Amino acid sequence: MSDKSTLHTAPPAIEVERYELNEPSQHHFDLQRRDFFKALGAGLLVACVLKDALAFQESGGGRRRGFGEEALPREISAWLHIGENGTVTSYTGKVEIGQNIRTSLSQALAEELRFPIERIELVMGDTKLTPFDMGTFGSRTTPTMNLQLRRVASAARDALVEMAAKQWNANAQQLVAADGKITDPATKRTIEYAELVRGQQLTALIPTEDPLEPATEWKVEGQPISKVNGRDFVTGKHKYPSDQKLPGMLYGKVLRPPSFGATLVAVNAPDATLMSEVTFVHDGDFVGVAGPSEEAATRALKSVRAEWKEQTGQPSSETIYDYLKKNPAQTGGEFGERTSDFELGSMESGMSSADHRLQQTYTVAYIAHTPLEPRAALAQWSGDNLTVWTGTQRPFGVRGQLAQAFHLPEEKVRVLMPDMGSGYGGKHTGECAIEAARLARAANRPVKLIWTREEEFTWAYFRPAGVIDVSAGARNDGTITAWEFHNYNSGGSGIRTMYEVPNQRIVFHPTEYPLRQGSYRALAATANHFARESFMDELAHEVNMDPLAFRMKNLKNERLRAVFEAGAKKFGWGQTKRPGHGFGMGGGFEKGGNVATFAEVAVDRGSGNVQVVRVVSAFECGAIVNPDGLRNQIEGGNIMGMGGALFEAIRFADGKILNPHLAQYRVPRFKDVPQMETVLIDRRDIPSAGAGESPLMGVAPAIGNAIFDATGVRLRSMPMVPNGLKAS
Amino acid sequence: MANVMKLHINGTVYSVDADPQASLLFVLRDQLDLTGSKYGCGEGQCGACTVLIDGNPRHSCITRVGAVANRKITTIEGIEERGRLHPIQEAFLEEGAMQCAYCTSGMIVTATALLKANPHPTAEQVTEHMQGNVCRCGTQPRIVAAVLRAAAAMHGHAAKEAS
Repeated sequence: MSDKSTLHTAPPAIEVERYELNEPSQHHFDLQRRDFFKALGAGLLVACVLKDALAFQESGGGRRRGFGEEALPREISAWLHIGENGTVTSYTGKVEIGQNIRTSLSQALAEELRFPIERIELVMGDTKLTPFDMGTFGSRTTPTMNLQLRRVASAARDALVEMAAKQWNANAQQLVAADGKITDPATKRTIEYAELVRGQQLTALIPTEDPLEPATEWKVEGQPISKVNGRDFVTGKHKYPSDQKLPGMLYGKVLRPPSFGATLVAVNAPDATLMSEVTFVHDGDFVGVAGPSEEAATRALKSVRAEWKEQTGQPSSETIYDYLKKNPAQTGGEFGERTSDFELGSMESGMSSADHRLQQTYTVAYIAHTPLEPRAALAQWSGDNLTVWTGTQRPFGVRGQLAQAFHLPEEKVRVLMPDMGSGYGGKHTGECAIEAARLARAANRPVKLIWTREEEFTWAYFRPAGVIDVSAGARNDGTITAWEFHNYNSGGSGIRTMYEVPNQRIVFHPTEYPLRQGSYRALAATANHFARESFMDELAHEVNMDPLAFRMKNLKNERLRAVFEAGAKKFGWGQTKRPGHGFGMGGGFEKGGNVATFAEVAVDRGSGNVQVVRVVSAFECGAIVNPDGLRNQIEGGNIMGMGGALFEAIRFADGKILNPHLAQYRVPRFKDVPQMETVLIDRRDIPSAGAGESPLMGVAPAIGNAIFDATGVRLRSMPMVPNGLKAS
Repeated sequence: MANVMKLHINGTVYSVDADPQASLLFVLRDQLDLTGSKYGCGEGQCGACTVLIDGNPRHSCITRVGAVANRKITTIEGIEERGRLHPIQEAFLEEGAMQCAYCTSGMIVTATALLKANPHPTAEQVTEHMQGNVCRCGTQPRIVAAVLRAAAAMHGHAAKEAS
């Protein structure tokens, strides 16, 4: 590579996964309590704040001071309003992208508030109305926001009980809150929450560590409650970001370069006959049109002639792994501390004390998130104020990007995130929002822009490709004595081994990379578990041990042992297989979730067809908030994981994506889906963790190990069988 | 260049002014605000835009609007009957057969056509029929279960189990 600047290296719009952890905390929240009541009507407002902020506010002590104060603290993480009309509205910066947190968070509120779930409204991801939130990623909603909303609701319930006690001159300890009412069992008096707050404008601030209902006492949490607004989805009434509409709205289209890194040399406006009905924008390298219909905009854009200077010598999907190994990142500081790197004992002595030594290399291709709803945004200007409805996992992050792009203070930008057609980690950025806003400013009308599938496949970002080198030593009895693991580019998530090994060296190597890359559901944990758990299988065969027994010999973590044992039992590990069938397993721990995945595959060496027949997952993530939602995430994670394991891969060369269509990029379909069984372990003694990501990790190694079991062929590259597995 | 044509959608006749070559999907979504039909790929590969044309499932994204004037078009908005959910819609709710639900409209419309043609499908027949519809969230097993549940509910007895 002669000219490194040709590549998309610096500064990346998205840092390889670590940005999820390093995102600086910011607070841009200036709502006054009088604004609140003006917007929501009278009632009771309860806000959850950080302890330090509360201490600062409360000079006079007392657990729950704050009634009547004017300015709300800036460090609010969640709040809830009980209106005199009987509605409960809660506000969170988290967003609904199909993981069903609108339902699980509503359960949290209903549980602690003792209020019917169907009468709770959750406002999500609106930067004007909801507290600041970094974004919906990293499986953080359940461990953080679920708790915060429970605290808010618990505090609201206590405040209501106190209000009733005062009104009745009764002892608050004797009163019972249930089903939206306070009752005094002694006098049989009862009063609705709405009645209690009528005409009031009360504010309560609570610290973040209020006592809560223990999971063993849950009545609404822990239940398989179905999607709270499900009816809107089965009737087609729900308005996704791409369904938003405003009067006088135009439709946008953007001219894309012919290849990555191309720069615009010259451009002419659309044909004069078409110009009359569209707005044409040429600003730097940005060229776009906005017209009265999708067709008019498309027609006008097609008549635009542009000349581009393309960059040559970019790596291809054929040369990518060699490229990653040979091109360490030039900007070393870009990734910050290499926190995932780990050394223990001495690799040299560990290897020399081994009876068996093994070294292998695994690779993982670039893949696309392919959310069924592509990026979409509707932008509207009112003077210097910009409002954008868009599909993103980071509404506050997109607000910042818009403010930066248009040189506006953030308070002039509002981003709203209607429940969207998913993201899987692929919608953290605001490029579509910026493009729509740029066109809207020029047109002086609202503009909607929906990316085409081809644009989504090309101009979004990808799960990073990677190369992983593993070497290890083991004794004849199956004890692993040394473990060395090097990941090039795909990331540090899940890079550490969960097995007990006295001598380890684990290194993540940032590299230069040719495609725009970023977060993806489960991040690099999928790649690292593929390599680790495939290698464990290879090592088990090397020392002539059963793969389950070999893992158990080297595994102490009780939670992980429990999922491996439960999964093996359900799956029937060790049972007789049908001819041409194979069994395999893979598992691990990440983001509070423990998973063991067992797969049965059938391989037809004549046709090359590889069918995953059966998948059993055992999963444990602490106290289960919604068992049906959890099963749905695990099943879905298994199916999504199968795509990357078996056939998904982005092909590219010369800065172009070669398969940017669903007809060319294979995603799992109905016939690919195996029979699935899920074993849930409910640990009510352990705080709940999220489960949207970790179930994916065990799928690829379980399938790869099962293919080896069936055929004796070891596959070390994801996807493993893009073209099947014919006998050679 | 007025091209007024009549479209019979969900029992209502709409007069629309559109290029006959225009995609039915965009006419439905942009002109008639029937946004239940979704854009997923624009090339008939994902099924999110599926509507019924004279009872047959079709990809509205690659259907020219001029070709369906005066034919009976049913979209997801027309599946409910007199404010009551269709048994397939009920079954999707009961099975929790959705996550982001962007594919749900197309799934339900496609399944409607199946149960009309084959009221007692096996799981394999449902799988075969739904193969053209993508659910990226991976709720396919629940969708199959929902279609079988709806078949059973509509005919009062369980659909045949897969052999």
